[in-house]
Amino acid sequence: MAGLEPIAPYLGFVYPNETVITWGILIALYPYLTGLVAGAFTVSSFYHVFGMQQFKAVARFALLTSLSFMIFVPAPLILHLGHPERALNSMITPHLTSAFAMFSFLAAFYLVLLAIECWFVFRPDNVARARNATGLSRIFYRAVCLWSDDVSPRALRWDRKSLFTLAIIGIPAAHGLHGYVGFVYGSLKAREWWGSDMMPIIFLFSAIVSGVALLITLYVFSCKVRKVRIDHDCLKGMTYALWGFLMFTVVLEGLEFANLVYQGREGIDVILEYVAGPLKYRFFVVQLALCSVVPILTMSWVIARNLRGRSFVIAVTASACLVLVGVFMMRWNVVIGGQEISKSLRGLLSYRPEFLAREGILVTIGLLLAPLGLLWVLTRIFPPWRDEPRAILERR
Amino acid sequence: MTRDKSKTTDKRAGNARRRFLRTVGQAAAAVATAAIPITLRSAGSTTGSQESFPTPDYDWSKHRWAYGIDATRCIGCLRCVEACKAENNVAQDAHHFRTWVERYVYLEGEDHARVDSHNDPDNIAASGSEGKYRFDNRYENSKVDKAFFVPKICNHCEHPSCVQVCPVGATFRAKDGTVLIDHKYCIGCRYCIQACPYGARFFNAELNVSDKCTWCYHRITKGLLPACVEVCPVNARIFGDLNDPDSSISNFVRDNRVNVLKPETGNSPMCFYKGIDKEVR
Repeated sequence: MAGLEPIAPYLGFVYPNETVITWGILIALYPYLTGLVAGAFTVSSFYHVFGMQQFKAVARFALLTSLSFMIFVPAPLILHLGHPERALNSMITPHLTSAFAMFSFLAAFYLVLLAIECWFVFRPDNVARARNATGLSRIFYRAVCLWSDDVSPRALRWDRKSLFTLAIIGIPAAHGLHGYVGFVYGSLKAREWWGSDMMPIIFLFSAIVSGVALLITLYVFSCKVRKVRIDHDCLKGMTYALWGFLMFTVVLEGLEFANLVYQGREGIDVILEYVAGPLKYRFFVVQLALCSVVPILTMSWVIARNLRGRSFVIAVTASACLVLVGVFMMRWNVVIGGQEISKSLRGLLSYRPEFLAREGILVTIGLLLAPLGLLWVLTRIFPPWRDEPRAILERR
Repeated sequence: MTRDKSKTTDKRAGNARRRFLRTVGQAAAAVATAAIPITLRSAGSTTGSQESFPTPDYDWSKHRWAYGIDATRCIGCLRCVEACKAENNVAQDAHHFRTWVERYVYLEGEDHARVDSHNDPDNIAASGSEGKYRFDNRYENSKVDKAFFVPKICNHCEHPSCVQVCPVGATFRAKDGTVLIDHKYCIGCRYCIQACPYGARFFNAELNVSDKCTWCYHRITKGLLPACVEVCPVNARIFGDLNDPDSSISNFVRDNRVNVLKPETGNSPMCFYKGIDKEVR
């Protein structure tokens, strides 16, 4: 049995059982993926619920993005389990006091809701496709429409109503889902680094930030690939959303840290040692300076100068990419960070991910790329684009 | 005419959709109805029905087990650790323990204790192998102000946070007060390992499940003592039934001012300590 698990190096005193770090990179990936789901859904809601026309160009794409990532949310969890074949037990025989068991239900509910919402959003297009297609493709689209080809004004009105209702349920569901992920960590009193009332709120806002950043990146990328003109109003709207939510998130994180330090409870020495040591680079340099302050300043400059054209797109996309890295670092600093501070409050451990293991870096990269692959497939089957007529003309 | 036809089609399609939704609804209701008894059954089994118990002549509703540790007696010989590893087939390495012993040493002029245990590389070097346990002689030439050993073990808490977080109820508090894990039901998510404030749980990489001390449940249900208590040469470890006012544990709790570890967690441990210092967590 010895040698099956990597042993984490440590400083000071740690409980002997703590030298095997039990939640690795996959468990840092899981809240990251969930966050992207919630964030992407937020962007789609800007249009579908709040009727902000600016976001029309990405609203349907945002839904597909949310769905693609949501389908892969259980993957890191299942891969992490010692007995993946027993995974469904948490839903068949849930232990009702477990935050994790309840997450399964919330996630399943949200996935179904998202799928139904996508079905309604794409229904008119699919009906049209079913009518125009022949052979297998016709059968496929008819099946996707559940053999209903009713696109009469009355049916469409009914669709719109259902969609609005679903989107309204979807907003608390998506954000509840991610706030709940914060609760999964924040409710653990065993770890000073996690046990915070602010954890769900911070997780939620960083989720929105990451989702908006993901959509900016994917939208710009998709326009380049499709050789379509970028809808600058839409991109600007997303820039404002990212800018605002990012500033808010940074402030929240700052407040939480201030709270922790000011309360100065037992173990604060070792926490400060951790912050000044291993966290110096990962938090202050990467997460805070490079991936939060730099994007905030860049976007402030873009907004203040009312930048247009190519430089606007480049500045915003670069900021979004940095934010995506920053939010992953945030997940890492929370999930891994919590375990690097010993429960003995006398020592610090250091987690080193393996590359090829089941819970290694390669699998993580695979799980990050898989939703993008699925998204690519989905956009081919159900094109979500609503480009301006002129833009389409340009493409032709 | 055409309009009428399209209306009929609308209606037919609407009916089809209604039929479809009804079928889906019925199927969902059927699945939910089937799931409820399973859920209830599992909830019942975690609190424990007596007939499911494997040891004959043992009634777990008649006992209230508890554990005592007299830190003033422990000499750090680590026979308890070795006995536990052998008795419970725990990995013979320095990173998986159902029970372990910590050494606290205050050197002259220092305000805080220096602490070490079996995972310490110097201790591993001193014993010659990860599968053998010994404290090295690092303080041989130092001026020691105060020193003591603290045996650690699962606290079998009255309000165990590990039980609270288990998503499937594989870990549970039995009627006799022991916190146990059903290895055949544990999914290996390790949430319980994170939730335990004492670091008493570890992941059993052979069985792919969480693992921890059971107070040697296979022994105590047959009237024997846990292995660690059995081998302790100085009676630093005490085990017994709080329901019996004359048991060694009842006497230990009654005769001493006892303490528990990390009382602020609200876990209410059932391991009672005598003679631990303020720095012991």
